[in-house]
Amino acid sequence: MTVSRRHLLALPAALAWPAAEAAAPAVPAVPVRGGTLVIGVGREPTLLTSAITTAGPTQTVSGKVFDGLLSYDVDLSPRPQLATRWETSADGLAISFQLRPGVKWHDGQPFTSADVAFSVMEAWKKYNARGRATFANVERVDTPGPLVAVLRLSKPAPYILRALSSVESQVIPRHLYAGSDLLANPHNNAPIGTGPFRFVRWERGRQLVLERNPDYWDAGKPYLDRIVFRQLPDPAAAAAALETGAVHLSSELPLSDLAGIAAKPRLALHRRTASAGSGITGFEFNLERPLFQDVRVRRAIAHAVDRDFLLKNVWYGYGTVAQAPIPKPLAEFHTEDVPTYPFDLKRAEALLDEAGYKRKANGIRFSFTNDPNATGAVLSQTAQVLRSNLARIGVRMEVRQQDFGEFVNRVYTRRDFDTTIYSASAGPDPAIGTQRFYWSKNIQPGVAFSNGAAYRSAEADRLLEAAQVETDPAKRRALYVRFQQVVETDLPKIPLISSETVVVAQKSVRDFLTTGEGSSGNFANAWLAAA
Amino acid sequence: MSIRLPSLSWFTWLGALRRPLVRALPTALGVVILNFALLQLVPGDAVDALVAEAGSATAETTALLRERYGLDQSSWHQLGDYLQHLLHLSLGYSPRYDMPVLDLILARLPNTLLLMGAALVISLTLGVALGTVMATWARRWPDRLLSSLAFLMYSTPGFWIGLMAIVLFAVQLGWLPSGGDGTVGAELQGWERFTDTLRHAVLPACTLASFFVAVYARLTRAAILEVQTQDYVRTARAKGLHPARVRLRHILRNALLPVTTVAGTHLGGLLGGAAVTETVFSWSGIGRLTLEAVQAREYRVLLGVLLLSSLLVIVANVLIDLLHARLDPRIRVA
Repeated sequence: MTVSRRHLLALPAALAWPAAEAAAPAVPAVPVRGGTLVIGVGREPTLLTSAITTAGPTQTVSGKVFDGLLSYDVDLSPRPQLATRWETSADGLAISFQLRPGVKWHDGQPFTSADVAFSVMEAWKKYNARGRATFANVERVDTPGPLVAVLRLSKPAPYILRALSSVESQVIPRHLYAGSDLLANPHNNAPIGTGPFRFVRWERGRQLVLERNPDYWDAGKPYLDRIVFRQLPDPAAAAAALETGAVHLSSELPLSDLAGIAAKPRLALHRRTASAGSGITGFEFNLERPLFQDVRVRRAIAHAVDRDFLLKNVWYGYGTVAQAPIPKPLAEFHTEDVPTYPFDLKRAEALLDEAGYKRKANGIRFSFTNDPNATGAVLSQTAQVLRSNLARIGVRMEVRQQDFGEFVNRVYTRRDFDTTIYSASAGPDPAIGTQRFYWSKNIQPGVAFSNGAAYRSAEADRLLEAAQVETDPAKRRALYVRFQQVVETDLPKIPLISSETVVVAQKSVRDFLTTGEGSSGNFANAWLAAA
Repeated sequence: MSIRLPSLSWFTWLGALRRPLVRALPTALGVVILNFALLQLVPGDAVDALVAEAGSATAETTALLRERYGLDQSSWHQLGDYLQHLLHLSLGYSPRYDMPVLDLILARLPNTLLLMGAALVISLTLGVALGTVMATWARRWPDRLLSSLAFLMYSTPGFWIGLMAIVLFAVQLGWLPSGGDGTVGAELQGWERFTDTLRHAVLPACTLASFFVAVYARLTRAAILEVQTQDYVRTARAKGLHPARVRLRHILRNALLPVTTVAGTHLGGLLGGAAVTETVFSWSGIGRLTLEAVQAREYRVLLGVLLLSSLLVIVANVLIDLLHARLDPRIRVA
C-alpha cells in the first residue's frame, strides 16, 4: 500500500526530468528527518512577525514560525492550515472559519478563536500596511466558540480569502500581545507562533536560529531539525558560500551570476517560485509635470522601450515581458488583451512630432530625470538601457541614483521627480497589490508606494471599486480586464518586466517550494538528502 | 650594554591619559552635533527607509511609526533628548533594532577589534619587514620587485582583493571559509572556538591589511634610507658594532618613529576600511553596523558608533604616544 503510493508520488517527477532521474542514482522519494538547513539572506529583518510589517526579510523568517489561517497551492487555490473549513455567506458579508483543534503556541498555551479575532482587529487591520487595505471592511470578528471565528464585513471583500497565508497574515498569540504596545512588544524579536519551527536566538548581523517544533499539529513534520538564517550582505560572497557548501539556499543572488552558478554540479536553480507576491517592474510618470500630461508623450516613450532587450540583457531572461499591470502569475485576473506599445522608434518619433515636441537644432526634443529605486543593480541598469533607448528618439533622460530613504522621500514626500522605475509586489490580489498605484483616492503625498503618478481616472476608480466588492469570480475578472485596458490606454505607468524570484539551492535540499508562498513558505515539507 | 628605557609609572599613565581625555569631551560633543546635523540634512528619515524596505505603507502606519521613532518631534527636541541621554551615560534606545544602542554596539565591537588588531599586526609586521628588505637592496631588483608589489597592493580596491581571495582560497582551494565569523551551527567552545574564529579571520584580516602593508613598506623604506645617513649610524659602524646590530638598534628603531605615528592616524582609516571588508566577508562588526545605520537613517545608532569610535581612536593615540616614549627617550609623554 505504502509502496504503491510512493511510486505514484515519484512518477510525475520522473516524467518531468527524465535525464536527471536517469543520472541520479536511487534518489530516495521518502523524506528523511534531521539536519540543519542554512539559508543565506542579504538584508536583516527589522522584526520577526509579518503581522505588523510587509517587509520581505521578515516574511522569509517569520513565515516558518507562524501559521496563517490558510495556505495556498502553487496555483493559489486555498488549503487548510489553522482553519480546517471556511465559508462565505451568500451576501458576502460574513466569512466563517472552523479552526483546527489541539493546536498549541510554542509556549504551550492553546490556540483559539480569540487569537484570530485579536490578530485581525488589533494587528493586521491597524499595523500591517497591506492588511489595512485587505481587512478595511472587517467591522468585527465574532467568536461563537473557541474554534469558530466569523469575520463580519461592512461590504463584501472577496480578496480576504486570498490573503490569509502565513506570509501575508500571521496569527499572533493574544495572550502575549493583548494590552501591550504592539510595535514595542518584546515578542516581535523573539516570536512565539504555532508554526513548524520555533525561534531559538537571533545574533544581530550574524545569524538567526530556528529549531524544529516537536509539537507541530501536522504530526511528523517538519523534517528539518534546525534552520539557520545566515547574513550575507554581499551578493558575490553569498554566491561563494553556496559554491563552498557553507550555505544551502539563497534567493538573493545577482541575476548575472545565476547561469554560472547553475552550472555547478552541486547546485540547482529553481525558477518555479512564489505565485503569491510576484513582482512587476514599471516605469512611472509624474503626471503633475505638464510634459507628461499629453498621453502621446507617454505612449511615444513606451514605444521607444526595447523590452525584449531588457529581458534578455538586464534580467538575463528571468521573467517575462509585461504588457499589463497585473502580472501573469495572478492568472485569474491577468489579461493579454490590452493596448500594447511594441518597440517602434518611427512610431515614437511620429507621436512626439504630433505632440509638438520637434527635434531642436541639437537633435534633442526635451529632457527629464529618472529615479530608479535602490533595490538592486537591475533597476539602475534598466534605467541606463532606457536612457540609451530614448536618446535614439531625441529624448534625453538623466538617471539619478540614491538610497532607499532618499527615493521614498523624493518621490512620495517632496514629489521632486519626473519619472521613476521600481518593482512592486502585486500581492495576492489586485485589490491589495495593484489598486494602490492607480486609485485616485490613494494619491497620498508622504505615503510610500501610493499612487505616485497622481493618476486620476473616474473610469479606473469605478472599475477598481466595483471589483473590490464583487463576489462573482467571472464578473470580478471582467472588471479587472476592463481596468487593465483603461490604464494601458492612459498609460500612467509603463509595465516593463514581470519579474521572477530565482532560488539557488544545493541539490540536497528537497521539497521546499511546494506551496504558493515559495521560499517564504513554512518549509514543513523541506528535507535534506544525504549529500 | 643596554639602553635604559624610561619607566612608566602609574603617574605617567594618568598624565598621558588626562590631556587627551579632557580634549575628548568637546571632540565628542562636536562629533555628536555635527553628525546629527548632517543626518538631518540627508533627505528621508528612518521611517522612509523602513517603509521602502516594507514595500507598502499607508498614511496611518507611517504616522504610527513616526510617533514611535520620535520623528514627530522637532529636530531640536530630538537632539536635546539625545544629549540628555548622553549625560546619563546612555546611548539611547534604537527603535529599529528594538534594543539599547550600547548593547547593539558591544555585541559587534569584539569582532571589529579582532579584525582591526589582526590587520594592524599583519600590516606592521609585514610592512616593516618588506620595507627593511627594500631599503637594504635599494634600487636593486628585490627593491624594484617589492616596490611594484606594494604599488599594486596600494592601488587595488579592498573589496576586489577580498573577492579574489574568496574565489582562490575558499572556492577553488577550499582551505579557508568564504565568510562569516564562525562555523554555522557548530556550537564550539574553548580552544576549538578560538581556532575556528581565527580561520574565519585570516582572509578578512589580510584583505584589510593589504593596503596598509603597502603604506608601511614604503614608509619604512624611506625612513631607513634617511636614518642610514645620520652621523650616529656612522659612529656606530666606526666603533665596530656588528652590522645586524646597527641595523636593528640604530637604524630600524629610529625609522619606526614615523611608521608608528602614521599607524596611529590610520586607526580611523582601519575602521572605515572595515565597513567594506566586513560586507564582503559577511563579518558582523561595527563597520557594517555603521553602513546599515546610515542607510536606515538611524541616527541614534550612528551617533553611538561614531562616539565610541572617536573614543577608540583617542585611546589608541595615547597608546601610540606611550609607545613613542619607549622607542625614543627624547620624546616626553604629555
